[in-house]
Amino acid sequence: MLYAILCYHDEDTVCAWSQEHNDKVMADLGAVEDKLAKAGRLGPVARLMPTTAATTLRKDREPPLVLDGPFAETKEQLLGFFVIECVDLDQAIETAKELGVANPGGSYEIRPMMLMRPSALPA
Amino acid sequence: MTDPAWIDATLAAARPQAVAALLRYFRDLDAAEEAFQDACLRALRNWPEKGPPRDPTAWLILVGRNAAIDASRRQGRYQALPPEELLSDLEDAETDLAERLDGSHYRDDVLRLLFICCHPDLPATQQIALALRVISGLSVKQIAKAFLVSEAAMEQRITRAKARVAGGDAPFETPGPVERAERLAAVAAMIYLVFNEGYSASGAAAEARGHLCDEAIRLARLLLRLFSAEPEIMGLTALMLLQHARSPARFDADGAAILLDDQDRSLWRKRMIDEGLALIDKAMWRRRPGPYQVQAAIAALHARAARPEDTDWAEIDQLYATLERMQPSPVVTLNRAVAVSKVHGPEAALAMIEPLEPRLGGYFHFHGARGAFLLGLGRPDEARLAFDRAIALAGTAAEATHIRQHLDRLSRENAARV
Repeated sequence: MLYAILCYHDEDTVCAWSQEHNDKVMADLGAVEDKLAKAGRLGPVARLMPTTAATTLRKDREPPLVLDGPFAETKEQLLGFFVIECVDLDQAIETAKELGVANPGGSYEIRPMMLMRPSALPA
Repeated sequence: MTDPAWIDATLAAARPQAVAALLRYFRDLDAAEEAFQDACLRALRNWPEKGPPRDPTAWLILVGRNAAIDASRRQGRYQALPPEELLSDLEDAETDLAERLDGSHYRDDVLRLLFICCHPDLPATQQIALALRVISGLSVKQIAKAFLVSEAAMEQRITRAKARVAGGDAPFETPGPVERAERLAAVAAMIYLVFNEGYSASGAAAEARGHLCDEAIRLARLLLRLFSAEPEIMGLTALMLLQHARSPARFDADGAAILLDDQDRSLWRKRMIDEGLALIDKAMWRRRPGPYQVQAAIAALHARAARPEDTDWAEIDQLYATLERMQPSPVVTLNRAVAVSKVHGPEAALAMIEPLEPRLGGYFHFHGARGAFLLGLGRPDEARLAFDRAIALAGTAAEATHIRQHLDRLSRENAARV
């Protein structure tokens, strides 16, 4: 089954990371990703820009309303995601824990996926 | 989770909000800073063992406030403080406080703290020093190093600035919309000052001051999260990201400045450029232009050009014309002349800047640009005179070196002709 691992973290904290710390986290995550890729379990991975770059379209009305900022004001923000093939929740949690060692702090929401269309974009 | 780097980043991130809330409570900058410091010490003792609290900022505010109250009670009768684990209902109080902090007065707390640092009575250098100390939490030593002064001198400068601010009437009432807009503009200007202090540094100072640019960007992001619908704050953030993205390419190994046209664009930081472009795009979508947005749009055109010859100089000329209307200044006109020289040739550019001589006669960049235009027109003798004046006015070694390269080239061409 495909699982999305949604990365939540306080973006103020992430923005306060030094370049060296940022590089280290990315390298450590890269090592875990490589392992998953070799096992044929790694799907798309994305890192999102800070929520200050976000725009929200409220489409529950006509015409839709365009708002600045993220959908919800939360203590921790959605900052990225991984898509990973796991046999069961147990393996998904194990994988999330491994990623968490590479990037401590914040939370991962583990969500089974219902549909994933293959990407037509170059990686 | 108890990794010290993580705790440091959390404390640094929480600082502006926490100090701002403590300032509202104590109405005294020193007391707010001390309370925060106290809370940080307790966090360093507590978090590694017990794990981080759910809301670190609220925890720091609450613990800082309690510690300060305990300290004042304790005066005169030395009594041990109750350990945090005995502080009753800390969790509930934390949640409660966090909920209240989400209210709109919270953003006014942070705005107030930033606004106090750009008190109109303070000279620019003191505003920057105070902001770096109070909001960013840089040590006096770090700030002194960036400004190339002794630690004692910087300590004195900050103490003086604080005294000046404390003597003033710190604005604790909730601001109205007009006042809020004014405060926001003053704070934006102060943040850009901090940025430029870092950006204009060269050589050895560039290393010590490089983090001022990062700090300014962090403050702008904080402001933007609190005031997410302000296109000018988006513009300011985009402008700084787009400029700072070029940093790795701006100086050669000897610390001499490298002109935009000569920079190795593969060294530009792509991640910052992408974020800057996204932000200016978003700001301009709102159709409420302002000077920061226009300057960011100019920086965006440079960032989008893969090679110098791909630069859309005609559009840059138009944007500078817009900026001239919004913020008439001879320096803006001088910058526009550089774009004009690319679009219409050096003659038009020279004609544009000649009238600026009375006001910019003492300005390094004026003579540097004039020399370059004269050189383009094939008037080397006049160009040499202009470059000589520029060197005499150079503020940094990097500026002087850059002009000297022009002069050297002139000499070589001269020698070749003879």
